[in-house]
Amino acid sequence: MSLAISSPHAHGGDTIRMTMLTVIIALLPAAMVSVYLFGWLAVFLIVACMLSCLLTEAVCLRMMGRPLKTLLDNSAALTGLFLALTLPASIPWWMAVLGSVFAIVLGKQVYGGLGYNLFNPALSARVILLISFPLGMTSWLIPMHVGPSALNMYDFSAALAFFLHGPEALKLGLDAITMASPLGHVKTEWTQGIGVAEALNSYHYSYLDAFLGREAGSIGETSALALLIGGIYLLARHTITWHIPFAYIGTVLLLAAVFSVISPEHYSPPMFHLFAGGLILCAFFMATDPVSSPVTPLGQIVFGIGCGVLTWAIRTFGGYPEGAMFAVVLMNCAVPLIDHYCRPRAYGHGGS
Amino acid sequence: MPAMLRTLAQKLGMMAHGFHGGVHPHERKLTAGMPIEDCPLAPLYIVPLKQHIGEACTPLVAVGDKVLRGQKIARAEGYVSVPLHAPTSGTVVKIEEHPVVHPSGMSMPCVFIEADGLDEEDHSLERMTNWRDLDAAVLRERVRMCGIAGLGGAVFPTFIKLVQDKKNPIQTLVLNGIECEPYLTNDHQMMLEQAEEVLQGMAIIMHMVGAESGIIAIEDNKSDAARVMRQALAENSELAHVHVAVLPTRYPQGSEKQLIYSLTGKEVPAGKLPLHVGVICQNVGTAKAIRDAVLLGKPLTERLVTVSGDAMPRPANLRVRLGLTLRYVFAQRGLEDFENIQILHGGPMMGERLRIPDVPVIKSSIGLLAMHQDTVMQAHPAEQPCIRCGHCSQACPAALVPNLMADHCRNEQFDKAEAYNLFDCIECGACSYVCPSNIPLVQYFRYGKGQIAQLRREHDFAEASRQRFDARDARLAREKAEKAARRSRVRKELAPAPDKDTTTKVEKSTNDKAEES
Ligand code: SF4
Ligand code: SF4
Repeated sequence: MSLAISSPHAHGGDTIRMTMLTVIIALLPAAMVSVYLFGWLAVFLIVACMLSCLLTEAVCLRMMGRPLKTLLDNSAALTGLFLALTLPASIPWWMAVLGSVFAIVLGKQVYGGLGYNLFNPALSARVILLISFPLGMTSWLIPMHVGPSALNMYDFSAALAFFLHGPEALKLGLDAITMASPLGHVKTEWTQGIGVAEALNSYHYSYLDAFLGREAGSIGETSALALLIGGIYLLARHTITWHIPFAYIGTVLLLAAVFSVISPEHYSPPMFHLFAGGLILCAFFMATDPVSSPVTPLGQIVFGIGCGVLTWAIRTFGGYPEGAMFAVVLMNCAVPLIDHYCRPRAYGHGGS
Repeated sequence: MPAMLRTLAQKLGMMAHGFHGGVHPHERKLTAGMPIEDCPLAPLYIVPLKQHIGEACTPLVAVGDKVLRGQKIARAEGYVSVPLHAPTSGTVVKIEEHPVVHPSGMSMPCVFIEADGLDEEDHSLERMTNWRDLDAAVLRERVRMCGIAGLGGAVFPTFIKLVQDKKNPIQTLVLNGIECEPYLTNDHQMMLEQAEEVLQGMAIIMHMVGAESGIIAIEDNKSDAARVMRQALAENSELAHVHVAVLPTRYPQGSEKQLIYSLTGKEVPAGKLPLHVGVICQNVGTAKAIRDAVLLGKPLTERLVTVSGDAMPRPANLRVRLGLTLRYVFAQRGLEDFENIQILHGGPMMGERLRIPDVPVIKSSIGLLAMHQDTVMQAHPAEQPCIRCGHCSQACPAALVPNLMADHCRNEQFDKAEAYNLFDCIECGACSYVCPSNIPLVQYFRYGKGQIAQLRREHDFAEASRQRFDARDARLAREKAEKAARRSRVRKELAPAPDKDTTTKVEKSTNDKAEES
């Protein structure tokens, strides 16, 4: 291939490194809320995931004979942060480390490294963890400020003991420190024939708490407010475009609205869907992961709609209470196809 | 439904700035507002015999011949070509190969003229002050004779575009004063200083193509030029249906097809020309050159050049005779040492990187930039893997998907690259400009286009050889069959009872072969 340097001889200055860093910055509000809710456990989880992702990446780069300075592209650090924010605070350290290794090795490097992965590395690792450890991955600690819990996560040594050795180390029964997530609660009640309104009632569900993040869930997904701040920042910096998050969230809201109007007892209302689980985190951060989402605007809209439909369907009809992460991973598979069929109409080719 | 969504998505992307995509590079118009200065005359001029696409010209002069400024020194060959003229008066001293403007530093036959310092002009072409009464064909021949080619940088022979086609009548002349490349300011300055002449050129072109209306397109970073042109229009009673359109500053607004879309909302269909949507575009410099050719009988021997760049001691807008070397022009503005300097011919977005300054200024020399080596190298860091961020698609004015197209070029899947409309890429570089992975997308596209062109040539060649071969085979077979037929005839004549079957078979196969060949 001829390598005569060709025009343009100017560059806008964007780099992978800055792009990834922008996303990390956008996640900071959510990370801060996670620390507020889960104290030291959130800190440990984030640090463990980021460090093990970086370490795994370094080992992989070494083994493949690639330069170690590739680490500086911030992509491994971002994967670690992503993964941590999607995990429950209750998991033991080794599960976090295992997840990080999965994310880097199975989620990214086996495909050939950054840019070649079909799935979002963090999400694919989370899905593997969820399938392998269904119980550990769905035990939600009662967050600080939310309800009485036997575990004080602001206490460094207690939190460290919990993180390293599990609840047994503190002689705590899981029941005393965990609660159901709103999605999980509604699903369980539903299987016992209890309607949505009543289920929300018995949960003492409050939209304001859900918006602010004072509810059980993965450490980074609870606060819609913090995530929206980050999402708006990404939009403002042009790191992401509106297509995926709007199509995704819009689809979920639309489906939820239509069905909850048809049968309010059977289907959760749209606002509940919006604030529950990982929808906002997925819509603004996971589904917009550049590598595993479509490149064209139309493709991104199609992708967003697909994610929305799947998320709503899994939540409503599936075995798992939460479907957002599955939805994104499933739609990741369709990206090459979507890209192929959703190319923009090139200038001068038909149209008006 | 998908079509509707698609249009909607694109419309949303387009609203902000007319055409789809685009970027806004640092303008760096160091020479904005600097009056045009004449580059001093030099003792030696080098005129390359090929300055545009099409065939090279054939020299009409021999070593030792005396020439005048504007005298024709080379004849056009083929249709897509215009003649060349002596840039000053003097003597032809040699005709030989010399490095020309090309990234590879390649050489080409050139006419060397030693100036006599008198700069005497050739007045053999009469002034056509009565151009309004003249037939378009006469004017068109004058434009061709005067060697005028698109001075916006593409240098396509201008006369070819100046046609009146019954099937595709031209309604609108677009005068392109956009100049969206960073650094360049010569069109801008021409509009400021020579508005009158530019408008005269515009009137002549409108007369030639039968256009009823005209639009002078200017970016909003040159509002002074817009003001001056409006003023000049107000004083010009002849150009009643011409107006100035101020467009948002956005690269590549000046690209013909994008400009037409921004102004008229019409897209030039792929593989067609602007005239198919009733428009022609001319650069302001070209309009002025046409005016000089018609009103003054002056062939094209000079052009405006922006001499600039971040390593240029004294940037300027210069009127430069074609044939002066870049080294000479740079020296006039204080640049003599080319250590750690990168020379760009044209703007930073679409210009070529030259290896040496010892090449002559040609008709396409819109800008000569002296850049610090580091500045240029910083724009070309090591390529990283594509992270599929889609920024390139968002920036592409042709609404292509550059990253996928580049994948196909890289993997030598040229048929797929073509299916992704590789040939609609205008090589504007907007995609490479925004790519966070610094993928030299344009380089891949050039490579792909080059390979496809070569494959086509090879295919044509193979096809021709195949046909030759087939013809030869057919001939041999025919000869053999004829021989066999003769033999069997002889045998028939000799033998009392001929074998009927064989004869028919041979005749039949003879017929087949003959048909094929
Ligand atoms: S801008 Fe570069 S990294 Fe982004 S999709 Fe295009 S080629 Fe890939
Ligand atoms: S160089 Fe080609 S592909 Fe890239 S932005 Fe320009 S037209 Fe689009």
